[in-house]
Parts: sequence; C-alpha cells; structure tokens
Amino acid sequence: MTELQAGQGAQTLAPPRIDARPQRYRDVLIALVAFALLALLPFIFGSKQLLDFVIRCAAYGLFATSLNLLVGYTGLISFGHGMFFGLGAYGFGLMMQKTGVPIPVAFVATLAITCVVAVVIGAICVRLKEIYFAFVTLAFQMLIHSTILSWQSLTGGDQGLRGGIPRPPFLGIDLSNHLHLYITSCALLVIGLFLMRQIAQSPFGYTLRMIRDNATRASFIGIDVWRAKLTIFVLAALFAATGGMIMALFVSGAYPEFAYWTISGEGIFINMLGGVTTFLGPMVGTVLLLILNDTVTRLTEYHGIVLGVVILFFAIGLRKGLMDFVVEWFAQRRGEASG
Amino acid sequence: MLEIRALSKSFGGVRATDNVSLDFADGSLTAVIGPNGAGKSTFFNLITGALRPDAGQILLNGVDMAGRAPPEIVRHGIGRAFQVASIFPSLTVEETMLAAVCADQRRAGVMHRRFPLAETRDRAEHAMELLGLASKRNRTAATLSHGDQKLLDIALALVLEPKVLLLDEPTAGMGTEERWRMIDKVRELWEKQKITVVFIEHDMDIVFKIAPRIVVLCYGRILATGTPDAIRRNEAVIEAYLGSDDHAGAVA
Repeated sequence: MTELQAGQGAQTLAPPRIDARPQRYRDVLIALVAFALLALLPFIFGSKQLLDFVIRCAAYGLFATSLNLLVGYTGLISFGHGMFFGLGAYGFGLMMQKTGVPIPVAFVATLAITCVVAVVIGAICVRLKEIYFAFVTLAFQMLIHSTILSWQSLTGGDQGLRGGIPRPPFLGIDLSNHLHLYITSCALLVIGLFLMRQIAQSPFGYTLRMIRDNATRASFIGIDVWRAKLTIFVLAALFAATGGMIMALFVSGAYPEFAYWTISGEGIFINMLGGVTTFLGPMVGTVLLLILNDTVTRLTEYHGIVLGVVILFFAIGLRKGLMDFVVEWFAQRRGEASG
Repeated sequence: MLEIRALSKSFGGVRATDNVSLDFADGSLTAVIGPNGAGKSTFFNLITGALRPDAGQILLNGVDMAGRAPPEIVRHGIGRAFQVASIFPSLTVEETMLAAVCADQRRAGVMHRRFPLAETRDRAEHAMELLGLASKRNRTAATLSHGDQKLLDIALALVLEPKVLLLDEPTAGMGTEERWRMIDKVRELWEKQKITVVFIEHDMDIVFKIAPRIVVLCYGRILATGTPDAIRRNEAVIEAYLGSDDHAGAVA
C-alpha cells in the first residue's frame, strides 16, 4: 500500500528541478528558523502544558520520521520499530541510574548499544521479504518487551524504571530544569530531522527509493541491496532510540509500554495519518495523533473507537496521509494555474 | 571477450541450459533465437547472476563470473535489460539515470552530499541523448509509454558503460512499426558504443536482417550458430525450430 501510495504521489507531483546545493542551504535555513521559533515559544506562551506537548512531539516525531525512512523511502514495513524507542529509553535510563556517567556519555553509549542490537536484528530481518520482514521485526519487538518484563532485577519488570533518572548538569545545561529540557528536546528534534532529511536527499536516499521501487533492478545496476537495507535499518534505529531517550528524560523513567508493539503500531498509524510521500508527513502525523489522543481521552473513555474511525477516514476516504493530500492539492492547483 | 564454457543449469529434471559453450567477440552483435522454453532467458539469467549455474564458466576477459552475485557481475561490465521493462516507477527519467551513474561510481551509499552529484551529470545526459529520452527527463518512469519504458530499461544498462550488453527481447510487446524503430535503435547503439551486444528476439525478419551472427537454442542446447545465411540453410534448424516447410520458405 505504501509503495503504491509513494508511486502515485510521485506521479501526480510536478517533478522538482534537480539542483543540489541550494536545497541544502534551504534546509539549513528552515532548520534554524524552526529551532528559533520553538525556542521562542516558552517566552511567548508561559503554558507548561504546551511545552510538555512539544517535548512529546519531539520524542514521537523522531521515532515516526525514522520509521518513515524504512516504510516510505525503502519500502521496509517494520512492525517492530518501537523496540528501538524502548531500547533508547531503557538504555539511557539504566545507564544514568546505575553508572552515573555524564548525560552526553550516556547518550552516546545508548546509541552505540542500539547500533549493535540493530545490526544483529537487521542482519537477520532485512533479508526477508515484505510480510516476513514485518512479522520477524514484530517478533523481535516482543522478545525485547518480554525480556524487559522478566528481567526484574535490572529493569523493574512491569513497574518500569522507577525512582527517577538523575540528571547531573553538563556544559551549563541542567535537564532537571523544565526549560532546559524543553530547549534540548527541540534541539535534538531539529538536528535529528535535519540529519534524516539529509539522508533522504543524498545519493543514498535515492538508492533507497530504487530499492523500494524495484529491488531486483537495483541489484542489476550494481547496488548491494542487503547492505543498503541494513544501513538504513540501523540509522533509523538510532533516531528512534534518540526519541526514546527524550521520552525517558521527559517522564524521568522508562516503562515496558515504551517497548511494547503498540508503540510500533502508533508509529505506523502516525505515518498513515501524516503521509509517507513527504518528508514532514510523519511529523504532521505525530502532532495530529498527540492532539487527538489528548483531546479524545479527555472527552470519552471510548477513545479507541474515535481513533479507529479517524484512521479509517484516512485509509479509505483519502487513501493517503494528510501531507500527501495537501501536497497533491497544491500541485494540482499549480498545474491548473499554469495550464 | 565473453566466453561461455560448458554452462549447465537444471530445474528438477529439466535441463534448461545444457552444456552450452559460446564465444562473443568484443564489439560483436549476436541474436539468440529459439522456440518458447528453449532456455534463452535462463541463459541470460545465468550470465548476469540472476541464477547460479550448476556447472561451467562465464569468462569475461578471462575472469570467471559464474556463481557471482548480480551487483558484482554488473560492476565487471555485463549489463542487461529485461523482457518486461524493469524500471523505478516513481523516479523521473533523469533521476533514474543520475542514480544509476551514482551506483556505478560506487557512490550509492554517499550520505554527506546532496543528490544529484555534479560528476554524474555528463554520463546521465549522454545516456538520455543516446536513447532519445532527454525531452522526457522530468517524467516519472511510471507515466512513460511502453516503448519509452523499454528504452529507459536499456538506458539503465547502458549508462553503466558495460562491456557486454544483454537485451532480453527488446521488442517484446511492441507493434510492427515500433519493433523496427527499437531494433534500429539497438543497432545504432551497437555501432556507436562499440560494445558487445547479445539480444533475444522472436521476430525472424528482424533477426535475419540485422544480426551478423545468430545462435539458435533448443531444449537448452545450441542447435546452430552462424551467419543469417548459414542459419537459413541449416537443416537441423529448419527441422527443429522453423518447423514446417512453408515456414522455412517464408523465412528464406
């Protein structure tokens, strides 16, 4: 379905004029402006709730956008991407609680652990085709979730990591200060999105698109498909783990739900909501889902029904995500105006 | 020089390629013909690494390609196009070419720079010009006509600057007029690029007219090789492949 969507979306869009360098300057500019706006937010609105919302958007946004590198760009539909979100949260939380290393060290070390785990799991999974890939990634997710539940002495089992995560200040940044945590989350979000954008628009990003469209042909122009898939699987895992670390800092703990398959499901859900053919689709989807979650759970206890109806509307009604729809609509209007 | 030595491949009990030995001189143009199920596509799949041979050698300038994976064989200089155009539906013609050159320059994994790379432009441009696709550069592959998709498939192989180009039925699914245009193109490419071209073709008129050398496959074996005249007169070919007398008469 996603491949189909990707194909259709690309057909209807007016293909952009290919010119590499100005695009990168534009992206740097957008990233800087976005960060400046986010950083100004606390000084305009004092609401702690709003800042909390943005922090959650940063955590889930990184996770969902990294999932789109797999789903939308490479055609790898992972149902277990949430395991890396959980791994990030637990890895970081445990490291801070048990070792007391500075936060940047724990951050890098968690990424290193995620990298190793993702290489091992990816090496097994990316050889598999479509549905098998989806289910084996799901199986690994369940494995990690069960491990967290049963390894009580380390992880606290179903209680999660309790007692808070210590946050010693570093480089003048004190993450126990809400504002500092907010700015750091925004910075991680913007840097993460920029890096993923860079990957998506690089020659490697186009290699991924070729693999999504026609992996056999890609191998006949000399591309090592397995290696490319494994590379993006690991990179996506790193960004997902970063999202998990933001979440762990935000709730000052880690819970088994972070590694449960429903997180992966929400990632897929976000991608369907926001759309997979535009880079920022998953980010828009994240904001939509979190707003929906917050408002619907406040209004009714049957929020599952409401979310189900919404996803049906996007899947059957629009047959694409919101951003896909918006971009196509603009392209059509532009086409009418010029033609 | 591409030398095939005693190449064999069986599927269950069926010998799809049976002890085939053939030489393709540098810069030669060869047509492979044979009835349905003669093992023509299997033969191509073995040379390009899509299938692993049971036995035999595939020597490209003395280096054995047998049993290697497709990406490696491509990098050694054996390119191919497919019977059903094998393209990247959501990429534009230009993106397809630029990305293919990237892959050929071993830059398919580059992440710190933006696509497209400046050093890929000339080759991409050249390939599009050669195949007459330059005016359709901004069309996504899925929106191209059937004939243009076949051309794009060939362009994909050609842009890698192969030493040997294998074309699996370049005229498949085309009308008579389109066939001739395609085959003229193939011949033109062969003359301009001075590469070794091997193509599979069903249309006897085309084969006898443009191929200096013809290989006839039947039940996985080589039935005959030679010039169009020699093949026309070859009795085994007339009997086994061209069949009834009136068909042979039509060919001659």
